[in-house]
Amino acid sequence: MSVIALMGALEIGLIFALVALGVLISFRILNFPDLTADGSFPLGGAVAATLIAGGHDPYSACAFAMLAGAAAGWTTAWLNVRLNILQLLASILVMIALYSINLRIMGAPNIPLIGEATVFSALIGDDFDRAMTVQPAVLAAIIVLAKLGLDAFFASQAGLAMRATGANPRMARAQGISTDRMVLCGMALSNALIALGGALYVQTQGGADISMGIGTIVVGLAAVIIGETLIPSRKLWVITLATVLGALLYRILIALALNADFIGLAAQDLNLITALLVGFALVLPLIKAKFKRLSGGLAK
Amino acid sequence: MMRADNLQKTFNPGTPVENHVLRGMSLTIETGQFVTVIGSNGAGKSTLLNAISGDIQPDSGRLFIDQQDVTRMGAWQRAKLVARVFQDPMAGTCEGLSIEENLALAWQRGEKRGLGLAVKKAQRELFRDKLATLKLGLENRLSDRMGLLSGGQRQAISLLMASLRPSRILLLDEHTAALDPKTAAFVLELTDQIVRDNKLTALMVTHSMRQALDHGDRTVMLHQGQVVLDVSGETRRQMQVADLLSMFEKTRGEVIDDDALLLG
Ligand SMILES: Nc1ncnc2c1ncn2[C@@H]1O[C@H](COP(=O)(O)OP(=O)(O)OP(=O)(O)O)[C@@H](O)[C@H]1O
Ligand SMILES: [Mg+2]
Repeated sequence: MSVIALMGALEIGLIFALVALGVLISFRILNFPDLTADGSFPLGGAVAATLIAGGHDPYSACAFAMLAGAAAGWTTAWLNVRLNILQLLASILVMIALYSINLRIMGAPNIPLIGEATVFSALIGDDFDRAMTVQPAVLAAIIVLAKLGLDAFFASQAGLAMRATGANPRMARAQGISTDRMVLCGMALSNALIALGGALYVQTQGGADISMGIGTIVVGLAAVIIGETLIPSRKLWVITLATVLGALLYRILIALALNADFIGLAAQDLNLITALLVGFALVLPLIKAKFKRLSGGLAK
Repeated sequence: MMRADNLQKTFNPGTPVENHVLRGMSLTIETGQFVTVIGSNGAGKSTLLNAISGDIQPDSGRLFIDQQDVTRMGAWQRAKLVARVFQDPMAGTCEGLSIEENLALAWQRGEKRGLGLAVKKAQRELFRDKLATLKLGLENRLSDRMGLLSGGQRQAISLLMASLRPSRILLLDEHTAALDPKTAAFVLELTDQIVRDNKLTALMVTHSMRQALDHGDRTVMLHQGQVVLDVSGETRRQMQVADLLSMFEKTRGEVIDDDALLLG
């Protein structure tokens, strides 16, 4: 695999690490199966691309993208806690609504950002060759910040309350925690991170496309599952680390598979590879256990 | 003081499985009183406790804690007033969280939770001291996951959690039912001690007539969503398990006869 391909994989892996952290909050911490991601990722992209193309600075564009994502997550949670719509269904409703909303925001199926100022521009300067190293470096800094921020939050009183809400809502309420409010806030936080991923994605890919969200949730989940399979832990800072590493590993494996000419895979096989990878990650604990039993048996 | 006034609750109204569980339940508990509750399966004991804690909303009737009308308050809004220990050791704690995180959750029961560190050093010391009073050696396992503990250990911690902060009423719903006899006796003794030391107002559901008479200072029997027996003071002190048992059987028979009359 070439260096360019590796850096590209790293870049996208870092962006999907944000998505994966968002998915971790909804699926694992709040125990809320949330498919909003397929809509909130392109929502973040749409908002950021529209603002940047309209001449706004890329930093506030990212901030607005996060706000929009938070609103999307909030809406999904609201449908569930206030209107009692099933979690999965609530998120599907918001996801399909977002498809239309994203088109409205963009005004066209795609917005090119070639030559526009991005969050990376200041560091890249005039030397476009530097993009290859600057972009992953900036993204890595953002991921580290997000990871440490989440770790700090989940060690706080409010963060602990959010974890209790997902783990045992009845007990949480008995302790005076408004579980409804926790779900609303947690889902907003989750989708804000995912939307930030979308905002950064359009800035690395040179534009937004209405179909860019397809499969986001699968990739996010894949990263979470790969992470927790390879580094199983109950400690939250380890779990967030494993999630980030899971996202990176996932993209690198995909890049390896696509670049290995002898396998003969092409870009359109991406979803098939994803399914295989996630399936493999899911049965890995079983294989591990079997292996342990076998080697244990031999040792005797 | 806790006062339940003519509570009514019907589950699944208008369906074939309609179930009228609370039928004009009224009960007043004075401050500092420790009341034991008995009654057959399905009598509505847990439902009464759930109504007091706010886990379910009664269809009609009023609920007061001290002078405050809490009838329409959600469970989390009442948490400052109500502490509880569930029957299932799994229900009252978070098994995925550590012992100290569980205690930290209870330490802030009913308080506002901000961005401050959940488990500070001072609290850790306090938790350690409190755990030491249980004499289970848990004071050295603060960072162990709750799920690693036995049911009895978890119930003991649940009790501790319920008493970390003052409450107007403590609800105990068969909190020793899932434990072996020896552990159950230990947890019961702990209950007595905690209720006494903190001068708590408490309501304890039990299926053991023995426990109902041996603990607390008043016993009520529920049947078909109503209080059918209420004894305290000298009458209760004179009472034997056999007396209670015969009353238990008598009420059941009578009420069934009443129903038969109505239906006939
Ligand atoms: N959430 C609910 N939805 C529907 N029915 C319920 C609900 N909670 C309780 N019930 C029903 O109400 C009746 C009374 O239940 P409750 O749990 O109050 O009884 P109990 O006196 O605590 O009995 P046990 O001694 O078995 O614990 C039962 O028939 C039960 O099936
Ligand atoms: Mg019960």
